[in-house]
Amino acid sequence: MTSPSTDTYAYLCIGCPLGCRLELDESDGEILEVRGNSCKKGEEFARQEHADPRRVVTTTVALEGARWPRLPVKTAGTVPKALVRDVCRALAGVTVRAPVASGDVIVADVLGTGVDVVATRTVAAATEARAR
Amino acid sequence: MIDDRPTILRPSYDVVVAGGGPAGLSAALAAREAGAASVLVVDREPEAGGVLLQCIHSGFGLHHYGAELTGPEYAQRALHEALDHGVDVLTDAFVLDVRHDHELTLMSPRHGVTTLHARATVLAMGARERTGAAIRIPGDRPAGVFTAGSAQRLVNLHGVLPGRRVAILGSGDIGLIMARRLTLEGVEVVGVFELLPHPNGLTRNVVQCLHDFDIPLHLSTTVVGIHGRDRVDRVTVAPVDDQLQPVLGRAWDVPCDTLLVSVGLIPENELSQQLRLRIDPVTMGPVVSSAMETSRDGVFACGNVVHIHDLVDFVSAEAELAGRHAGRYATGLRPPDDNVRLQSAANVAYCVPHTVSTDREHVVYLRVRRRMEHCLLRLSTPDGRVVHERRLRYVVPPEMVNLRLRPALLERFHGDALLVEVVER
Repeated sequence: MTSPSTDTYAYLCIGCPLGCRLELDESDGEILEVRGNSCKKGEEFARQEHADPRRVVTTTVALEGARWPRLPVKTAGTVPKALVRDVCRALAGVTVRAPVASGDVIVADVLGTGVDVVATRTVAAATEARAR
Repeated sequence: MIDDRPTILRPSYDVVVAGGGPAGLSAALAAREAGAASVLVVDREPEAGGVLLQCIHSGFGLHHYGAELTGPEYAQRALHEALDHGVDVLTDAFVLDVRHDHELTLMSPRHGVTTLHARATVLAMGARERTGAAIRIPGDRPAGVFTAGSAQRLVNLHGVLPGRRVAILGSGDIGLIMARRLTLEGVEVVGVFELLPHPNGLTRNVVQCLHDFDIPLHLSTTVVGIHGRDRVDRVTVAPVDDQLQPVLGRAWDVPCDTLLVSVGLIPENELSQQLRLRIDPVTMGPVVSSAMETSRDGVFACGNVVHIHDLVDFVSAEAELAGRHAGRYATGLRPPDDNVRLQSAANVAYCVPHTVSTDREHVVYLRVRRRMEHCLLRLSTPDGRVVHERRLRYVVPPEMVNLRLRPALLERFHGDALLVEVVER
């Protein structure tokens, strides 16, 4: 029998500003080794990135009744990297009405990921704003 | 809402802070905690928060708040902390002038033109983007050329797209962040063009903003022409040689309708110049002591107005120092004196603060001129005696280096100047 070959994958860690160059060896579907990390988080990142790369998504949604026409939002946790653009498309049709508080859930369980999309800014309704 | 509480302006304050971004807000909080009875923050926008309000991405606050926050969330925390500690915040107001006797002239729709007196002043006006690169590019002058930061404001605050097919000059963090932002809004980003042979922003931004979206990064390449009648219809790019000069014979055209320029920030130092403060020609910001005091008594400065930061967490730390000393100054306590001048030497572009003391602990921030791996951060006397050394795995210009200086490190040092350098091992 021929022995299974080992493939090496390269990743740049995004866990902290160091940006370590990581190398991960995989053979026959099994992760053998991670090299190049300066900390435990780096090793965990390589494994996660290899098996199931995930990202936090930040964008804006339409906002009505406030000083600004856009409300910044984020996914409350990471979602699969492959779904990032789909999450943004799903949010393109959403309009929020002020007032809204930072942390308010805008879309619960977006695209069935189990992750909520929340507001990241508290915005007053325009009528409450002081007259100039 | 809190932002819209009417502010009754007093004729004088213990501390007035020019700028209500993270630097100004952290300084104001620290001034109150240090004993200032009245602290006023003045900001020209309708809401305080500074540039963080348009930085809707995450990655802020890991050090300062122990949490990964977006820009607006960080700004909100800083604002609430300041307000909860009795800081007055005046928005929609512009500081026109600061005189050496601490008389400030403000302009606002609510109060008209007013003068106030401050016992101590903190400059925290932040930075503006460099525009020289865009201005110097040959070709036509059509619509569709923006700095990356103004495009960020248009998209995130005003809900307006700068264009549909965008080329980006400069791989600094703002350019990288906008490459991702625009892609997520359905805009085609045709490429990022970087003059230097390596990216200029944080590695994690190269990964999350370019690699994730297969946006091409063309290193050692620059824009040599802008073309279009009323609107950009293409830019001409060319590779550069070792001297960073374009090789025009190998230029090629990139069809696009928008060019974003992201080539660096400089301190917003109109007020610093009006005050005739000593300015560091490398940072373009005021020379500061370890108490973040400028060359004028009782005028302190912090944040991007002193030197351009990468992480807002360090802005807050620096601002706390400035605010604490400004607050103490207002109660009659002069900041302690420094007895050592720091001089930037090999591969160090600058360090802040510009002076330190041998009897207190300091954090010195510095930036290198060029990338180096396996190097040493070294402090030495002008005649070459090494006082302290620290190993560094690698250094790059876009990532500021922090040096924690403790009195113990300088025990055997008796001079008045220290060279700060980064050398290969």
